[in-house]
Amino acid sequence: MSGQIENVSRRRFLKNLGISSTALVIGVQLPGLSLMPKALAASSDNAVFEPSVYLQIAQDNTVSVIVHRSEMGQGIRTSIPMILADELEADWQQVKVIQGLGDKKYGSQNTDGSRSIRRFYQPLREAGASARMMLEQAAANIWQVPVAQCQAQSGHVVDKAGARQLTFGDLVAAAQQLPLPEKDKIVFKAKQDFNFIGKENVALVDGHDIATGKAVYGYDVQLPEMKIAVIARPPVLASKIKSYDDSAAKKVPGVIAVVKMPDVEEPVLFKPLGGIAVIATNTWAALQGRKALKIDWQVNQDHQTYNSDSYKAALNNSCDNPAKVLRQKGDVTKALADADQVLSAEYYVPELIHAPMEPPAATAHYHDGQFDIWACTQTPQSAQNTVAQFMQVEPEKVNVNVTLLGGGFGRKSKPDFIVEAAYLAKTLMMPIKVEWSREDEVQQGYYHAVSYQKLRAGLKNKTLTAWQHNVALPPIGSTFSKGADLIGSESGLGLVDMPYQVANVSCAAGKAPAHTRIGWLRSVTNINQAFAVCSFADELAHARDLDPVQNLLSLLGDDRLIDLTKEQTEYGNYGESTDVYPIDTARLKNVVNRVAELANWSKPRPKNHGLGIAVHRSFVSYVASVVEVSVNPQGKIKLEHVWLSVDCGTAVNPERIKSQMEGAAVFAISLAYYGELTAKNGVIEQGNFDTYQMARIGEVPETTVDIVDSDAPPGGVGEPGVPPIVPALTNAIFAATGKRYRELPLKQYDII
Amino acid sequence: MITLMINGKAHQFDDDGSMPLLWALRDVLKYTGTKYGCGKGLCGACTVHLNSQPVRSCSLPVSAVGDGEITTIEGLSENGEHAVQQAWQQLNVPQCGYCQAGQMMSAAALLENNKKPSDDDIERAMSGNICRCGTYQRIKQAIHLAVELKE
Ligand code: FES
Ligand code: FES
Repeated sequence: MSGQIENVSRRRFLKNLGISSTALVIGVQLPGLSLMPKALAASSDNAVFEPSVYLQIAQDNTVSVIVHRSEMGQGIRTSIPMILADELEADWQQVKVIQGLGDKKYGSQNTDGSRSIRRFYQPLREAGASARMMLEQAAANIWQVPVAQCQAQSGHVVDKAGARQLTFGDLVAAAQQLPLPEKDKIVFKAKQDFNFIGKENVALVDGHDIATGKAVYGYDVQLPEMKIAVIARPPVLASKIKSYDDSAAKKVPGVIAVVKMPDVEEPVLFKPLGGIAVIATNTWAALQGRKALKIDWQVNQDHQTYNSDSYKAALNNSCDNPAKVLRQKGDVTKALADADQVLSAEYYVPELIHAPMEPPAATAHYHDGQFDIWACTQTPQSAQNTVAQFMQVEPEKVNVNVTLLGGGFGRKSKPDFIVEAAYLAKTLMMPIKVEWSREDEVQQGYYHAVSYQKLRAGLKNKTLTAWQHNVALPPIGSTFSKGADLIGSESGLGLVDMPYQVANVSCAAGKAPAHTRIGWLRSVTNINQAFAVCSFADELAHARDLDPVQNLLSLLGDDRLIDLTKEQTEYGNYGESTDVYPIDTARLKNVVNRVAELANWSKPRPKNHGLGIAVHRSFVSYVASVVEVSVNPQGKIKLEHVWLSVDCGTAVNPERIKSQMEGAAVFAISLAYYGELTAKNGVIEQGNFDTYQMARIGEVPETTVDIVDSDAPPGGVGEPGVPPIVPALTNAIFAATGKRYRELPLKQYDII
Repeated sequence: MITLMINGKAHQFDDDGSMPLLWALRDVLKYTGTKYGCGKGLCGACTVHLNSQPVRSCSLPVSAVGDGEITTIEGLSENGEHAVQQAWQQLNVPQCGYCQAGQMMSAAALLENNKKPSDDDIERAMSGNICRCGTYQRIKQAIHLAVELKE
């Protein structure tokens, strides 16, 4: 459990091999040395007080915070130190950030599911508070005064009765001798005493390095004698190599080797996809070499049948023949029959891909029976274990250094690209950096599943009496279990947790076989399921002759905690207990009210403008969005403004919460406007930003973010902004134009 | 052998002259501040200055550079003092930061040619730079701030 902290320094476990600084990645001569943390390597006789795996205080007064989560733009390398420094009462100037290696001692390092703060806020506060108490005790012992008289204050412990003080560094030797305070004796700071938590007074830890081009991403790693590899992977999933001719590739100046990768067997898991690797002294030569390869594929017959048009028809059909009921309350069939008004609607969201600005890249060096790896990974432990398994070494023989990530969005929690680098490094006995091109990233990814959804609602006297929601989409489970064709945990992402107060509910899923690797992408199936649920809610507003805000509040109904177990419904709740993180309709209604006020909802707008609203709970946070659009005489849409109200419980780093919400708006606009991958005979037809477009600066309106002041346990932030924005946008288009768009992307309607 | 002037320093380059400047910078000369995003002039991540004009280094062969002066993010200022770099830091513009070298190089070039750009000017000049993290709003603010910092 991540909640355990231990006094590592007492065990003198100071080999420090578990820590590495990305700053040392460039130009290191001996890979072994690169594993030494910069701050500590520089002062090896500098005694260190290490009261937790996340924290080291050195005699030179440096407070090193070991960030064990991956930085991909969410600001975690700033937020984790904020929490620790606050409880510790450190001065921000003395704080150094060290990126943790992949190591299970940190607890989970899987930086996905919007859970870094959710899972580690409390353990990190405990670590900081424990260290503070020990430093205060150390000062009390030195001064021979009661500990109550000693108080930590921005990097010092002061004697409240006298004018004396000691720095944290001065107290290291004495603090090292002390036991950790017992868990139930830890005294936390009161909210009003926070220096950093909930404040916006700290600049980004990596801000200067980014502004000066010094920040090191996975793509930037350089090792002596390192070569670059690009791989021609099978265009159709799980195809094999029949034969290949690399003679022309080998003639390209700079190409030094061509290596056949092992063919992949399903389930694909996080294994390399196979193909032919071209290794060269530089990327350009490797790419030219790859172009010159002639490969005869033994194409996978099953996956070759994947064509988006026919697949869409099959999904549609599958919605009508659900294989599994996931939530059942009352009797929907009867309620629909008894209704005096029945609405139905169908929604379609195509297959999507992450497209982080930095495509996957990983560097591996194999020496002395072990792998040293540098990669832009969201999951260093899974990288470690997958490499170990694939290369048949012990996990301890795989050191995973985490670089900065040039975006992740879920792609970089799949370590297939890291295994490729490890395989090639060992095969060729030289350091290898595997680089994915943009086309590789778009055509060989772990995709957000294409989905078809059918919803029906029954109204009686304008009151919602029946809600039926059928879904068909290829499941993430297919990546891990060959042939899996029915959703699992996806049902908890906006399907069965539909929060409206209605007596009769049925949610069900149809089968859908996967023909590409299916994975999770920022907010996962909340993308399509919230799109359907929140769009359909808006359709109900019009059927009920209600203002959309009033309609939403009325659908959400009484203030209550929704307990799905009472309906024998399986619900994952993002891995959290529903006691701590219930589905709370009062919080949903609160963000609806707040965002409506923020957007000045009832203020009349110009005739060609429209407002749309949506609210959705995901990753145990609550987000409501209002979007304003205008339509010009040519029928083209312009986004005027996005407003978001966010209740993510305790807001640790409001500045980064805002930036995540601003980013979520752009992410949502990209997918609503342009997001569509299509397959032809099993091959993804798009390849780069010309065919898989992204929203650009001129298409994106100002986003205003409101954060609810809350003392509830922290919820997710990275993902929950995305789901409500897409339906708020299409609802706004309806308000402006009278047209409902239930199939994405919007570019097909000629309104962008 | 080609001599490349990068950030005021001469570098000898004796690889394939058809190699795009991006890879020459990154892989051969180890200026890794300039990023790859698409390789086709579609995203702007690779933007550098050639004789003070913004160019996409992924689409510019080394042989076409001639004796032009190249500036990369590493050479935009000594230590991040350029108004654009300052503004970027003050407003915490970056999320992942990967696109930001290209964004800043585009923004710096814009401010060379247009001392006080409007929102429209900014949108036009920056439309070739994708930010997948979605920092556009702050990029716009930061360019306005950079104008103030310069004054
Ligand atoms: S990498 Fe040059 S424009 Fe994208
Ligand atoms: S900050 Fe991540 S792509 Fe722009």
